Amino acid sequence: MRQLHRSYGTIRAVHDISLDIPSNTIYGIIGKSGAGKSTLVRLISLLERPNSGQIFYDDKRVDNLPKHELITQRRKIGMIFQNFNLFSSRNAAQNIAYPLEISGIQKHEIDKRVAELLELVGLTGRGNAPISTLSGGQKQRVAIARALANHPDILFCDEATSALDPQTTHSILSLLSDLQKNLNLSVVMITHQMEVVRDACVHVAVLDDGEVVEQGKVIEVFAAPESSTTKDFLAHLAPLVEPDEVKRDDMVRWSDEGGRFTLRFRGSLTGEPVLSRIQKRYEVEINIRAGGVQRVSGEDVGTLICDIIGEPDEVDKAVAALQLSGILVEEEEQKR
Amino acid sequence: MNMLFSLVWTATAETLVMVFAAAFFSLLLGLPLGILLCITGPESQGGIIPKPVLNNVLSRIVNILRSFPFIILMILLFPLSRIIVGTSIGTTATIVPLSIAAAPFVARIIETAIKEVDPGVIQAARAMGSTTMQIIRKVLIPEAMPSLVSGITLTIINLIGYSAMAGAIGGGGLGDLAIRYGYQRFRPDVMLVSVIVILVLVEVVQVIGNKVSARMMARR
Repeated sequence: MRQLHRSYGTIRAVHDISLDIPSNTIYGIIGKSGAGKSTLVRLISLLERPNSGQIFYDDKRVDNLPKHELITQRRKIGMIFQNFNLFSSRNAAQNIAYPLEISGIQKHEIDKRVAELLELVGLTGRGNAPISTLSGGQKQRVAIARALANHPDILFCDEATSALDPQTTHSILSLLSDLQKNLNLSVVMITHQMEVVRDACVHVAVLDDGEVVEQGKVIEVFAAPESSTTKDFLAHLAPLVEPDEVKRDDMVRWSDEGGRFTLRFRGSLTGEPVLSRIQKRYEVEINIRAGGVQRVSGEDVGTLICDIIGEPDEVDKAVAALQLSGILVEEEEQKR
Repeated sequence: MNMLFSLVWTATAETLVMVFAAAFFSLLLGLPLGILLCITGPESQGGIIPKPVLNNVLSRIVNILRSFPFIILMILLFPLSRIIVGTSIGTTATIVPLSIAAAPFVARIIETAIKEVDPGVIQAARAMGSTTMQIIRKVLIPEAMPSLVSGITLTIINLIGYSAMAGAIGGGGLGDLAIRYGYQRFRPDVMLVSVIVILVLVEVVQVIGNKVSARMMARR
């Protein structure tokens, strides 16, 4: 799967979306409920047909396949869900065996593959467990194994971590990242959790009201959010849970007052003395109210909330200079 | 006393034959019909191949057959019994109308049981590339099995009731015994024993059905 283009014009659920999902990476699609995520995933996983527009896997058009080929194509796609959607009438191993059974694979080969898959997701020996005895995280692992059974090139995760607690979410995300690297998978994560995008995805598309409002590399979108939807998501971002790393992402607040400006620094910029340079060059004082660093896809994004005090003219010039040096400046509505 | 025992024994055996044969044939008719009712229904209720017109027609037929009073349906079906088993009275002849009367009931029960299957699970099965037949055989039926067993239990209990009614118009079994001996020959003892045996049969079927269903749930 190399390229995936889509443009639909359905009844507003998904409106004129065109995306190019790169292969061999983790791609996030984020949106609030009702933004059209579910519709989008049903379209690209070939469960529904678009009213108009096209879907390509690599260079093969797949949205208009006849029924028989559609079924064959679906077998090359892996999918996991928020509610796991495992068969309660089957145990863990039988669940994983299902996609192999329907593809008409020999019994002894199924057994072999199921054992491999159980090991892959860290559930060796739990094959005979009834589904109801498994924890949420284990259920999602079974679901992942089931989705990967037929060696798919692409794995869709529809709110795969939304029903899990933060710790389990973390372990499922790292499992998905590992699997992506080891199996050269293309993973598409549909979510409403910014944490998931931050921790696991390389690219992201932000969905609102059935349209893509922003897309790009996660690091760029996080550092310089353009749409209000994205900013909204970022504002509610919970602190990063990274037990192995030094915890340094909490915003340190010196003062609850003020803070007209929010500055966002990216990567290499974090090291430069931009602020003091600006302070020397213009007739302004910078009063820092809060600050913190977040790690996004291995790069640092710094955030400072501050006031810039001085003559309005000078403040404007200072802001312009900040922007010139690659810092994103957001100004809050001035309260007078 | 000995005669009473042998009368009741024969009648019970006849009732069991009627009920289980009718259960088998009504399931044979009702199971595909119930599945068809469910999968052609609206997509929001587990319909995997929505066919509104077909669904409506089937649904109407089932409703009409179900609202027929059983005795009248049985009389209407006498000619059919004669064609299929060569006679319209006795135990074997009763199996035909019993099966046909119970089939729409079975269809509804099966439809309801299958509609309870989590739509998410059906979606997952579709996304994995299952054919319609594979979804029915490997997903819908196994997932709905505990409810199906409860439904079949209910069907058998209903059939015990129907088969007793069939006694009034020339069926065999315990109902026939109760009417011919108990009512027409003023033998309250035969009437009482027949009724008790019917009650015991119903109770036994219910207990076994509950056990099987509960055991299936416990293994999940």
